[in-house]
Amino acid sequence: MKSNTLNRKNPLLSIHSFLMMAFIYIPVIVIIVYSFNDSRLSMSWEGFTFDWYLSLLDNRNVMEALKNSLIIALTSTIVSTVLGTMAAIAMRKLMSKSKGAIAGLLYMPIVVPDIIMGLSLLVLFSQLGLDLGKTTVIIAHITFSISYVYVIVSSRMANMGNQLEEAASDLGATQWETFRYVVLPSIWPGVIAGALIAFTLSIDDFLISFFVAGPNSSTLPIYIYSSVKRGISPEINALCTIMILVSVALIILAQWLLNRGNREEKKTSMLPF
Amino acid sequence: MNKRWFGILSPVVLWLCFFMMVPMIAVVGVSFLSRDTVGNLVWTFNISNYTRFFDPLYLGIYWDTIWLSVLTTLLCLLLSYPLAYYITTAGPRTQKWMLIGVTVPFWINFLIRTYAWVLILRTQGLVNMGLEQLGMISEPMQLLYTKGAVLLGMVYTFIPYMVLPIYVSLEQMDKRQLEAASDLGASRWSAFWRVTLPQTKSGIMTGGVLVFVTTTGMFVITDILGGAKSQMLSNIIQNQFLSARDWPFGAALSVIFMISSLIIIWLFNRALRSKYESAKEARA
Repeated sequence: MKSNTLNRKNPLLSIHSFLMMAFIYIPVIVIIVYSFNDSRLSMSWEGFTFDWYLSLLDNRNVMEALKNSLIIALTSTIVSTVLGTMAAIAMRKLMSKSKGAIAGLLYMPIVVPDIIMGLSLLVLFSQLGLDLGKTTVIIAHITFSISYVYVIVSSRMANMGNQLEEAASDLGATQWETFRYVVLPSIWPGVIAGALIAFTLSIDDFLISFFVAGPNSSTLPIYIYSSVKRGISPEINALCTIMILVSVALIILAQWLLNRGNREEKKTSMLPF
Repeated sequence: MNKRWFGILSPVVLWLCFFMMVPMIAVVGVSFLSRDTVGNLVWTFNISNYTRFFDPLYLGIYWDTIWLSVLTTLLCLLLSYPLAYYITTAGPRTQKWMLIGVTVPFWINFLIRTYAWVLILRTQGLVNMGLEQLGMISEPMQLLYTKGAVLLGMVYTFIPYMVLPIYVSLEQMDKRQLEAASDLGASRWSAFWRVTLPQTKSGIMTGGVLVFVTTTGMFVITDILGGAKSQMLSNIIQNQFLSARDWPFGAALSVIFMISSLIIIWLFNRALRSKYESAKEARA
Protein backbone atom coordinates (compact mmCIF):
# COMPACT_ATOMS: atom_id res chain seq x y z
CA MET A 1 0.00 0.00 0.00
CA LYS A 2 1.24 3.42 -0.92
CA SER A 3 0.53 6.35 1.32
CA ASN A 4 -1.66 9.14 0.00
CA THR A 5 1.00 11.75 0.51
CA LEU A 6 3.30 10.02 -1.92
CA ASN A 7 0.62 9.08 -4.35
CA ARG A 8 -0.86 12.46 -5.17
CA LYS A 9 0.15 13.05 -8.78
CA ASN A 10 1.78 16.24 -9.82
CA PRO A 11 1.29 16.96 -13.56
CA LEU A 12 4.70 18.67 -13.81
CA LEU A 13 6.30 15.51 -12.49
CA SER A 14 4.56 13.39 -15.12
CA ILE A 15 5.61 15.73 -17.93
CA HIS A 16 9.20 15.77 -16.68
CA SER A 17 9.32 11.97 -16.52
CA PHE A 18 7.86 11.63 -19.99
CA LEU A 19 10.44 14.07 -21.39
CA MET A 20 13.25 12.24 -19.62
CA MET A 21 12.24 8.90 -21.09
CA ALA A 22 12.08 10.57 -24.51
CA PHE A 23 15.54 12.08 -23.91
CA ILE A 24 16.91 8.63 -23.04
CA TYR A 25 15.44 6.90 -26.08
CA ILE A 26 15.35 9.44 -28.93
CA PRO A 27 19.09 9.15 -29.79
CA VAL A 28 18.81 5.36 -29.88
CA ILE A 29 15.72 5.57 -32.11
CA VAL A 30 17.52 8.05 -34.39
CA ILE A 31 20.31 5.53 -35.06
CA ILE A 32 17.84 2.73 -35.76
CA VAL A 33 15.68 4.85 -38.07
CA TYR A 34 18.62 6.23 -40.05
CA SER A 35 20.10 2.78 -40.56
CA PHE A 36 17.20 2.30 -43.00
CA ASN A 37 17.49 5.67 -44.74
CA ASP A 38 18.26 5.47 -48.46
CA SER A 39 20.79 8.32 -48.46
CA ARG A 40 24.49 8.16 -47.85
CA LEU A 41 25.07 11.65 -46.47
CA SER A 42 21.85 13.56 -45.95
CA MET A 43 19.75 13.36 -42.81
CA SER A 44 16.55 13.98 -44.78
CA TRP A 45 14.48 10.88 -45.33
CA GLU A 46 15.00 9.46 -48.84
CA GLY A 47 13.07 6.25 -48.46
CA PHE A 48 13.46 2.85 -46.85
CA THR A 49 16.37 0.60 -47.70
CA PHE A 50 18.02 -2.52 -46.38
CA ASP A 51 21.21 -1.88 -48.37
CA TRP A 52 23.40 -0.77 -45.45
CA TYR A 53 22.85 -4.07 -43.72
CA LEU A 54 23.74 -5.97 -46.88
CA SER A 55 26.86 -3.89 -47.49
CA LEU A 56 28.08 -4.80 -43.98
CA LEU A 57 28.33 -8.38 -45.20
CA ASP A 58 30.71 -7.30 -47.98
CA ASN A 59 32.86 -5.19 -45.68
CA ARG A 60 35.96 -7.26 -44.90
CA ASN A 61 36.96 -5.11 -41.91
CA VAL A 62 33.55 -5.54 -40.31
CA MET A 63 33.57 -9.29 -40.85
CA GLU A 64 37.10 -9.55 -39.42
CA ALA A 65 36.08 -7.48 -36.36
CA LEU A 66 32.95 -9.61 -35.93
CA LYS A 67 35.04 -12.79 -36.04
CA ASN A 68 37.47 -11.37 -33.45
CA SER A 69 34.64 -10.19 -31.21
CA LEU A 70 32.96 -13.59 -31.27
CA ILE A 71 36.17 -15.55 -30.58
CA ILE A 72 37.04 -13.22 -27.71
CA ALA A 73 33.53 -13.19 -26.25
CA LEU A 74 33.04 -16.97 -26.42
CA THR A 75 36.42 -17.82 -24.90
CA SER A 76 36.25 -15.23 -22.15
CA THR A 77 32.65 -16.17 -21.33
CA ILE A 78 33.47 -19.86 -20.87
CA VAL A 79 36.51 -19.25 -18.66
CA SER A 80 34.96 -16.47 -16.58
CA THR A 81 31.70 -18.37 -16.05
CA VAL A 82 33.57 -21.39 -14.69
CA LEU A 83 35.86 -19.29 -12.48
CA GLY A 84 33.13 -16.91 -11.29
CA THR A 85 30.75 -19.77 -10.44
CA MET A 86 33.48 -21.62 -8.53
CA ALA A 87 34.17 -18.44 -6.59
CA ALA A 88 30.48 -17.95 -5.76
CA ILE A 89 30.07 -21.55 -4.56
CA ALA A 90 33.22 -21.48 -2.43
CA MET A 91 32.57 -18.01 -0.96
CA ARG A 92 29.15 -19.11 0.27
CA LYS A 93 30.71 -21.85 2.37
CA LEU A 94 33.98 -20.24 3.37
CA MET A 95 34.33 -19.34 7.04
CA SER A 96 37.59 -17.50 7.38
CA LYS A 97 39.05 -14.19 8.42
CA SER A 98 40.35 -13.66 4.89
CA LYS A 99 36.82 -13.84 3.44
CA GLY A 100 36.47 -10.04 3.47
CA ALA A 101 39.76 -9.55 1.65
CA ILE A 102 38.82 -12.13 -1.01
CA ALA A 103 35.41 -10.47 -1.48
CA GLY A 104 37.21 -7.14 -1.94
CA LEU A 105 39.43 -8.68 -4.59
CA LEU A 106 36.40 -10.15 -6.36
CA TYR A 107 34.71 -6.73 -6.50
CA MET A 108 37.83 -4.89 -7.64
CA PRO A 109 37.26 -5.17 -11.43
CA ILE A 110 33.77 -3.66 -10.98
CA VAL A 111 35.04 -0.79 -8.83
CA VAL A 112 38.26 0.16 -10.63
CA PRO A 113 37.59 2.58 -13.54
CA ASP A 114 37.91 0.90 -16.96
CA ILE A 115 40.63 3.24 -18.18
CA ILE A 116 42.85 2.34 -15.21
CA MET A 117 42.24 -1.37 -15.74
CA GLY A 118 43.04 -1.08 -19.43
CA LEU A 119 46.29 0.84 -19.05
CA SER A 120 47.54 -1.22 -16.13
CA LEU A 121 47.02 -4.43 -18.14
CA LEU A 122 48.86 -2.79 -21.03
CA VAL A 123 51.79 -2.13 -18.69
CA LEU A 124 51.71 -5.74 -17.43
CA PHE A 125 51.56 -7.30 -20.91
CA SER A 126 54.40 -5.18 -22.23
CA GLN A 127 56.59 -5.99 -19.23
CA LEU A 128 55.85 -9.69 -19.71
CA GLY A 129 56.82 -9.30 -23.36
CA LEU A 130 53.41 -10.52 -24.57
CA ASP A 131 52.40 -9.27 -28.02
CA LEU A 132 49.07 -7.48 -28.02
CA GLY A 133 46.44 -9.54 -29.81
CA LYS A 134 43.36 -11.64 -29.21
CA THR A 135 44.97 -13.44 -26.25
CA THR A 136 45.59 -10.23 -24.32
CA VAL A 137 42.03 -9.02 -24.98
CA ILE A 138 40.67 -12.40 -23.84
CA ILE A 139 42.68 -12.22 -20.59
CA ALA A 140 41.40 -8.68 -19.94
CA HIS A 141 37.78 -9.68 -20.60
CA ILE A 142 38.03 -12.75 -18.36
CA THR A 143 39.35 -10.49 -15.58
CA PHE A 144 36.35 -8.18 -15.52
CA SER A 145 33.74 -10.82 -16.37
CA ILE A 146 34.70 -13.03 -13.39
CA SER A 147 33.38 -10.35 -11.04
CA TYR A 148 30.04 -9.98 -12.78
CA VAL A 149 29.47 -13.75 -12.97
CA TYR A 150 30.40 -14.00 -9.30
CA VAL A 151 27.94 -11.25 -8.29
CA ILE A 152 25.09 -12.74 -10.32
CA VAL A 153 25.57 -16.36 -9.24
CA SER A 154 25.97 -15.24 -5.59
CA SER A 155 22.77 -13.24 -5.73
CA ARG A 156 21.01 -16.29 -7.11
CA MET A 157 22.37 -18.42 -4.25
CA ALA A 158 21.38 -15.86 -1.62
CA ASN A 159 17.77 -17.07 -1.88
CA MET A 160 18.80 -20.69 -1.49
CA GLY A 161 18.58 -22.35 1.93
CA ASN A 162 20.85 -25.08 3.24
CA GLN A 163 17.98 -27.52 3.89
CA LEU A 164 18.09 -29.32 0.55
CA GLU A 165 21.83 -29.91 0.74
CA GLU A 166 21.52 -31.13 4.33
CA ALA A 167 18.66 -33.43 3.39
CA ALA A 168 20.68 -34.84 0.51
CA SER A 169 23.69 -35.61 2.66
CA ASP A 170 21.44 -37.04 5.43
CA LEU A 171 20.06 -39.39 2.80
CA GLY A 172 23.57 -40.56 2.05
CA ALA A 173 24.54 -38.51 -0.99
CA THR A 174 28.26 -37.92 -1.40
CA GLN A 175 29.46 -34.33 -1.64
CA TRP A 176 29.87 -34.65 -5.38
CA GLU A 177 26.36 -36.08 -5.74
CA THR A 178 24.95 -33.28 -3.59
CA PHE A 179 26.69 -30.74 -5.76
CA ARG A 180 25.73 -32.42 -9.04
CA TYR A 181 22.08 -33.18 -8.27
CA VAL A 182 21.10 -30.51 -5.73
CA VAL A 183 23.29 -27.41 -5.88
CA LEU A 184 23.99 -27.24 -9.59
CA PRO A 185 20.37 -27.55 -10.80
CA SER A 186 19.24 -24.78 -8.48
CA ILE A 187 22.01 -22.33 -9.41
CA TRP A 188 21.91 -23.21 -13.11
CA PRO A 189 19.69 -20.28 -14.22
CA GLY A 190 22.06 -17.91 -12.38
CA VAL A 191 25.07 -19.46 -14.10
CA ILE A 192 23.49 -19.10 -17.55
CA ALA A 193 22.42 -15.54 -16.77
CA GLY A 194 25.97 -14.78 -15.63
CA ALA A 195 27.35 -16.25 -18.84
CA LEU A 196 24.98 -14.14 -20.95
CA ILE A 197 26.05 -11.00 -19.09
CA ALA A 198 29.73 -11.90 -19.49
CA PHE A 199 29.15 -12.40 -23.21
CA THR A 200 27.34 -9.05 -23.54
CA LEU A 201 30.01 -7.19 -21.56
CA SER A 202 32.71 -8.71 -23.75
CA ILE A 203 30.97 -7.92 -27.05
CA ASP A 204 30.28 -4.35 -25.87
CA ASP A 205 33.59 -3.52 -24.21
CA PHE A 206 35.50 -0.70 -25.80
CA LEU A 207 37.65 1.06 -23.20
CA ILE A 208 39.67 -1.91 -21.97
CA SER A 209 40.00 -3.59 -25.39
CA PHE A 210 41.23 -0.29 -26.82
CA PHE A 211 44.32 -0.49 -24.61
CA VAL A 212 45.14 -4.17 -24.97
CA ALA A 213 44.12 -4.98 -28.56
CA GLY A 214 46.80 -5.25 -31.23
CA PRO A 215 46.59 -4.13 -34.87
CA ASN A 216 45.06 -7.44 -36.00
CA SER A 217 42.65 -7.95 -33.14
CA SER A 218 40.18 -5.09 -33.62
CA THR A 219 36.78 -5.86 -32.12
CA LEU A 220 33.44 -4.44 -33.28
CA PRO A 221 33.44 -1.53 -30.78
CA ILE A 222 37.02 -0.65 -31.79
CA TYR A 223 35.95 -0.72 -35.44
CA ILE A 224 32.97 1.53 -34.64
CA TYR A 225 35.19 3.96 -32.73
CA SER A 226 37.71 4.34 -35.54
CA SER A 227 34.92 4.78 -38.13
CA VAL A 228 33.14 7.37 -36.00
CA LYS A 229 36.41 9.30 -35.71
CA ARG A 230 36.53 9.40 -39.53
CA GLY A 231 32.94 10.59 -39.91
CA ILE A 232 29.44 9.18 -40.02
CA SER A 233 28.25 6.51 -42.40
CA PRO A 234 24.98 4.62 -42.81
CA GLU A 235 26.80 1.27 -42.49
CA ILE A 236 27.82 2.29 -38.99
CA ASN A 237 24.17 3.06 -38.19
CA ALA A 238 23.28 -0.44 -39.35
CA LEU A 239 26.09 -2.05 -37.35
CA CYS A 240 25.11 -0.06 -34.24
CA THR A 241 21.48 -1.11 -34.67
CA ILE A 242 22.47 -4.77 -34.79
CA MET A 243 24.62 -4.38 -31.68
CA ILE A 244 21.84 -2.59 -29.81
CA LEU A 245 19.34 -5.33 -30.65
CA VAL A 246 21.73 -8.16 -29.75
CA SER A 247 22.70 -6.64 -26.37
CA VAL A 248 19.11 -5.88 -25.43
CA ALA A 249 17.95 -9.37 -26.45
CA LEU A 250 20.72 -11.05 -24.42
CA ILE A 251 19.95 -8.95 -21.36
CA ILE A 252 16.22 -9.63 -21.54
CA LEU A 253 17.01 -13.33 -21.73
CA ALA A 254 19.36 -13.10 -18.72
CA GLN A 255 16.77 -11.14 -16.75
CA TRP A 256 14.07 -13.66 -17.57
CA LEU A 257 16.29 -16.54 -16.44
CA LEU A 258 17.09 -14.80 -13.16
CA ASN A 259 13.45 -14.07 -12.35
CA ARG A 260 12.15 -17.47 -13.31
CA GLY A 261 11.96 -19.63 -10.23
CA ASN A 262 12.35 -16.68 -7.87
CA ARG A 263 8.67 -17.08 -7.06
CA GLU A 264 8.81 -16.00 -3.43
CA GLU A 265 10.27 -12.74 -4.54
CA LYS A 266 7.46 -10.80 -6.14
CA LYS A 267 9.63 -7.88 -7.11
CA THR A 268 11.57 -8.13 -10.31
CA SER A 269 15.23 -8.01 -9.52
CA MET A 270 16.76 -5.50 -11.86
CA LEU A 271 20.10 -6.42 -13.29
CA PRO A 272 22.50 -3.53 -12.74
CA PHE A 273 22.90 -4.48 -9.13
CA MET B 1 36.49 -28.10 5.40
CA ASN B 2 37.78 -24.60 4.74
CA LYS B 3 40.79 -26.09 2.97
CA ARG B 4 38.59 -27.41 0.18
CA TRP B 5 36.93 -24.00 -0.35
CA PHE B 6 40.29 -22.26 -0.41
CA GLY B 7 41.34 -24.80 -3.02
CA ILE B 8 38.33 -23.99 -5.20
CA LEU B 9 38.90 -20.26 -4.73
CA SER B 10 42.62 -20.33 -5.47
CA PRO B 11 42.45 -20.11 -9.31
CA VAL B 12 40.20 -17.04 -9.12
CA VAL B 13 42.26 -15.41 -6.40
CA LEU B 14 45.49 -16.06 -8.29
CA TRP B 15 43.97 -14.77 -11.53
CA LEU B 16 42.74 -11.54 -9.96
CA CYS B 17 45.99 -11.00 -8.06
CA PHE B 18 48.03 -11.43 -11.20
CA PHE B 19 45.82 -9.53 -13.66
CA MET B 20 44.30 -6.93 -11.33
CA MET B 21 46.49 -6.23 -8.29
CA VAL B 22 49.93 -6.70 -9.85
CA PRO B 23 49.23 -4.43 -12.87
CA MET B 24 47.89 -1.66 -10.64
CA ILE B 25 50.94 -1.84 -8.40
CA ALA B 26 53.10 -1.85 -11.54
CA VAL B 27 51.44 1.40 -12.67
CA VAL B 28 52.38 3.05 -9.38
CA GLY B 29 55.92 1.76 -9.89
CA VAL B 30 56.13 3.00 -13.49
CA SER B 31 55.02 6.47 -12.37
CA PHE B 32 58.42 6.87 -10.62
CA LEU B 33 60.49 5.78 -13.64
CA SER B 34 61.57 7.76 -16.68
CA ARG B 35 61.70 6.97 -20.38
CA ASP B 36 64.21 7.23 -23.17
CA THR B 37 63.64 8.99 -26.50
CA VAL B 38 61.86 6.00 -28.11
CA GLY B 39 59.54 5.58 -25.14
CA ASN B 40 61.21 2.62 -23.44
CA LEU B 41 61.14 2.62 -19.66
CA VAL B 42 64.36 3.60 -17.92
CA TRP B 43 64.81 2.22 -14.44
CA THR B 44 65.84 5.31 -12.54
CA PHE B 45 63.79 6.55 -9.63
CA ASN B 46 62.50 10.11 -9.91
CA ILE B 47 59.43 12.15 -9.07
CA SER B 48 59.59 14.50 -12.05
CA ASN B 49 56.42 12.90 -13.50
CA TYR B 50 54.52 14.21 -10.52
CA THR B 51 56.13 17.65 -10.46
CA ARG B 52 55.28 17.97 -14.18
CA PHE B 53 51.60 17.74 -13.25
CA PHE B 54 51.89 21.16 -11.56
CA ASP B 55 52.55 22.77 -14.92
CA PRO B 56 49.70 25.32 -15.43
CA LEU B 57 48.68 23.45 -18.61
CA TYR B 58 47.96 20.20 -16.76
CA LEU B 59 46.54 21.89 -13.67
CA GLY B 60 44.14 23.74 -15.97
CA ILE B 61 43.04 20.48 -17.60
CA TYR B 62 42.66 18.91 -14.18
CA TRP B 63 40.36 21.71 -13.01
CA ASP B 64 38.36 21.54 -16.26
CA THR B 65 37.90 17.82 -15.63
CA ILE B 66 36.76 18.30 -12.03
CA TRP B 67 34.45 21.13 -13.07
CA LEU B 68 32.88 19.05 -15.86
CA SER B 69 32.40 16.13 -13.48
CA VAL B 70 30.77 18.37 -10.86
CA LEU B 71 28.43 19.92 -13.44
CA THR B 72 27.53 16.50 -14.86
CA THR B 73 26.81 15.13 -11.39
CA LEU B 74 24.61 18.09 -10.41
CA LEU B 75 22.66 18.08 -13.67
CA CYS B 76 22.16 14.31 -13.46
CA LEU B 77 20.88 14.72 -9.91
CA LEU B 78 18.47 17.55 -10.80
CA LEU B 79 17.08 15.64 -13.78
CA SER B 80 17.02 12.18 -12.20
CA TYR B 81 15.52 12.85 -8.79
CA PRO B 82 12.05 13.82 -10.08
CA LEU B 83 12.12 10.85 -12.47
CA ALA B 84 13.05 8.42 -9.69
CA TYR B 85 10.33 9.97 -7.52
CA TYR B 86 7.78 9.54 -10.27
CA ILE B 87 8.77 5.89 -10.77
CA THR B 88 8.42 5.20 -7.04
CA THR B 89 4.94 6.67 -6.90
CA ALA B 90 3.66 5.07 -10.11
CA GLY B 91 1.41 2.02 -10.16
CA PRO B 92 3.12 -1.39 -10.19
CA ARG B 93 2.84 -1.92 -13.95
CA THR B 94 4.11 1.53 -14.92
CA GLN B 95 6.80 1.18 -12.28
CA LYS B 96 8.04 -2.08 -13.74
CA TRP B 97 8.14 -0.78 -17.30
CA MET B 98 9.79 2.50 -16.39
CA LEU B 99 12.45 0.65 -14.41
CA ILE B 100 13.17 -1.52 -17.42
CA GLY B 101 13.19 1.69 -19.45
CA VAL B 102 15.97 3.27 -17.40
CA THR B 103 17.88 -0.02 -17.11
CA VAL B 104 18.10 -0.93 -20.80
CA PRO B 105 20.48 1.97 -21.67
CA PHE B 106 23.04 0.39 -19.30
CA TRP B 107 23.32 -2.41 -21.80
CA ILE B 108 23.53 -0.34 -24.94
CA ASN B 109 27.15 0.38 -25.73
CA PHE B 110 27.93 3.92 -24.55
CA LEU B 111 30.06 4.40 -27.67
CA ILE B 112 26.92 3.88 -29.76
CA ARG B 113 24.86 6.15 -27.51
CA THR B 114 27.51 8.86 -27.85
CA TYR B 115 27.68 8.42 -31.61
CA ALA B 116 23.91 9.02 -31.79
CA TRP B 117 24.55 12.59 -30.64
CA VAL B 118 26.91 13.12 -33.56
CA LEU B 119 23.98 12.38 -35.88
CA ILE B 120 21.82 14.82 -33.97
CA LEU B 121 24.27 17.68 -33.36
CA ARG B 122 26.59 17.90 -36.39
CA THR B 123 26.23 20.78 -38.85
CA GLN B 124 24.11 18.69 -41.26
CA GLY B 125 22.52 16.93 -38.28
CA LEU B 126 18.94 16.60 -37.15
CA VAL B 127 18.77 19.74 -35.01
CA ASN B 128 20.31 22.06 -37.60
CA MET B 129 18.22 20.53 -40.39
CA GLY B 130 15.02 20.90 -38.39
CA LEU B 131 15.70 24.49 -37.38
CA GLU B 132 16.63 25.43 -40.93
CA GLN B 133 13.45 23.96 -42.33
CA LEU B 134 11.44 25.86 -39.76
CA GLY B 135 13.24 28.99 -40.93
CA MET B 136 14.59 29.76 -37.46
CA ILE B 137 18.22 29.83 -38.59
CA SER B 138 19.79 30.54 -41.96
CA GLU B 139 23.26 29.15 -41.21
CA PRO B 140 23.83 25.86 -39.37
CA MET B 141 25.02 26.34 -35.79
CA GLN B 142 28.20 24.78 -34.45
CA LEU B 143 26.79 22.38 -31.87
CA LEU B 144 29.19 19.47 -32.14
CA TYR B 145 32.78 19.81 -30.84
CA THR B 146 31.75 22.23 -28.11
CA LYS B 147 31.91 22.01 -24.32
CA GLY B 148 28.12 21.98 -24.28
CA ALA B 149 28.06 18.87 -26.45
CA VAL B 150 30.45 17.11 -24.07
CA LEU B 151 28.31 18.04 -21.07
CA LEU B 152 25.18 16.86 -22.87
CA GLY B 153 26.83 13.55 -23.79
CA MET B 154 28.02 12.99 -20.22
CA VAL B 155 24.64 13.80 -18.64
CA TYR B 156 22.91 11.60 -21.21
CA THR B 157 25.21 8.66 -20.53
CA PHE B 158 25.06 8.83 -16.75
CA ILE B 159 21.40 9.59 -15.99
CA PRO B 160 20.57 5.89 -15.45
CA TYR B 161 23.45 5.66 -12.94
CA MET B 162 21.73 8.34 -10.88
CA VAL B 163 18.09 7.25 -11.26
CA LEU B 164 18.55 3.69 -9.99
CA PRO B 165 20.27 4.39 -6.62
CA ILE B 166 17.80 7.21 -5.87
CA TYR B 167 14.91 4.94 -6.79
CA VAL B 168 16.22 2.24 -4.43
CA SER B 169 16.51 4.66 -1.51
CA LEU B 170 13.05 6.15 -2.18
CA GLU B 171 11.61 2.66 -2.31
CA GLN B 172 13.21 1.71 1.04
CA MET B 173 12.00 4.86 2.77
CA ASP B 174 9.51 4.49 5.58
CA LYS B 175 6.44 6.09 4.03
CA ARG B 176 4.55 6.26 7.31
CA GLN B 177 6.78 9.17 8.27
CA LEU B 178 5.22 11.16 5.43
CA GLU B 179 1.77 10.46 6.79
CA ALA B 180 2.97 11.50 10.22
CA ALA B 181 4.39 14.71 8.76
CA SER B 182 1.15 15.54 7.01
CA ASP B 183 -0.90 14.65 10.11
CA LEU B 184 1.27 17.07 12.04
CA GLY B 185 0.40 19.78 9.53
CA ALA B 186 3.48 19.82 7.30
CA SER B 187 2.88 21.01 3.75
CA ARG B 188 3.90 18.66 0.94
CA TRP B 189 6.95 20.76 0.20
CA SER B 190 8.10 20.91 3.76
CA ALA B 191 7.51 17.15 4.14
CA PHE B 192 9.64 16.61 1.04
CA TRP B 193 12.49 18.84 2.24
CA ARG B 194 12.49 17.65 5.82
CA VAL B 195 11.53 13.98 5.52
CA THR B 196 11.99 12.58 2.01
CA LEU B 197 15.17 14.34 0.93
CA PRO B 198 17.21 13.57 4.07
CA GLN B 199 16.12 9.94 3.97
CA THR B 200 17.22 9.46 0.38
CA LYS B 201 20.63 10.97 1.02
CA SER B 202 22.35 7.60 0.69
CA GLY B 203 20.89 7.10 -2.79
CA ILE B 204 21.95 10.58 -3.84
CA MET B 205 25.47 9.95 -2.53
CA THR B 206 25.81 6.57 -4.23
CA GLY B 207 24.59 7.99 -7.53
CA GLY B 208 26.81 11.03 -7.09
CA VAL B 209 29.98 9.02 -6.53
CA LEU B 210 29.15 6.70 -9.40
CA VAL B 211 28.54 9.56 -11.85
CA PHE B 212 31.45 11.68 -10.66
CA VAL B 213 34.11 9.00 -10.75
CA THR B 214 32.94 7.50 -14.04
CA THR B 215 32.72 10.91 -15.74
CA THR B 216 36.31 11.65 -14.82
CA GLY B 217 37.53 8.49 -16.56
CA MET B 218 35.47 8.83 -19.73
CA PHE B 219 37.77 9.93 -22.55
CA VAL B 220 35.56 8.62 -25.36
CA ILE B 221 32.77 11.16 -24.89
CA THR B 222 35.14 14.15 -24.86
CA ASP B 223 36.95 12.60 -27.81
CA ILE B 224 33.88 12.11 -30.00
CA LEU B 225 31.70 15.08 -28.99
CA GLY B 226 34.36 17.59 -27.92
CA GLY B 227 36.85 17.16 -30.71
CA ALA B 228 40.48 18.09 -30.19
CA LYS B 229 39.68 21.29 -28.30
CA SER B 230 38.27 19.88 -25.10
CA GLN B 231 40.87 17.73 -23.40
CA MET B 232 40.15 16.06 -20.11
CA LEU B 233 42.49 14.30 -17.71
CA SER B 234 41.49 10.92 -19.15
CA ASN B 235 42.27 12.11 -22.71
CA ILE B 236 45.76 13.10 -21.60
CA ILE B 237 46.27 9.75 -19.85
CA GLN B 238 45.05 7.82 -22.89
CA ASN B 239 47.30 9.91 -25.12
CA GLN B 240 50.40 9.31 -22.97
CA PHE B 241 49.88 5.57 -23.16
CA LEU B 242 48.78 5.09 -26.75
CA SER B 243 50.32 7.94 -28.79
CA ALA B 244 52.95 9.95 -26.95
CA ARG B 245 54.41 6.81 -25.38
CA ASP B 246 55.34 8.60 -22.19
CA TRP B 247 54.18 5.87 -19.86
CA PRO B 248 55.78 7.21 -16.66
CA PHE B 249 53.92 10.51 -17.00
CA GLY B 250 50.68 8.72 -17.98
CA ALA B 251 51.11 6.44 -14.96
CA ALA B 252 51.65 9.41 -12.65
CA LEU B 253 48.47 11.06 -13.99
CA SER B 254 46.58 7.78 -13.44
CA VAL B 255 47.79 7.62 -9.84
CA ILE B 256 46.65 11.22 -9.35
CA PHE B 257 43.30 10.29 -10.90
CA MET B 258 42.87 7.28 -8.59
CA ILE B 259 43.86 9.25 -5.50
CA SER B 260 41.44 12.08 -6.28
CA SER B 261 38.65 9.52 -6.86
CA LEU B 262 39.38 7.90 -3.50
CA ILE B 263 39.37 11.30 -1.77
CA ILE B 264 36.00 12.11 -3.32
CA ILE B 265 34.51 8.76 -2.27
CA TRP B 266 35.89 9.30 1.23
CA LEU B 267 34.43 12.83 1.43
CA PHE B 268 31.03 11.60 0.24
CA ASN B 269 31.09 8.81 2.81
CA ARG B 270 32.05 11.18 5.59
CA ALA B 271 29.29 13.62 4.69
CA LEU B 272 26.82 10.74 4.70
CA ARG B 273 27.99 9.35 8.01
CA SER B 274 28.09 12.66 9.84
CA LYS B 275 24.49 13.32 8.80
CA TYR B 276 23.44 9.85 9.89
CA GLU B 277 25.16 10.15 13.25
CA SER B 278 23.77 13.58 14.01
CA ALA B 279 20.31 12.18 13.25
CA LYS B 280 20.95 9.33 15.71
CA GLU B 281 22.12 11.74 18.37
CA ALA B 282 19.06 13.89 17.88
CA ARG B 283 16.88 10.87 18.49
CA ALA B 284 18.72 9.88 21.67
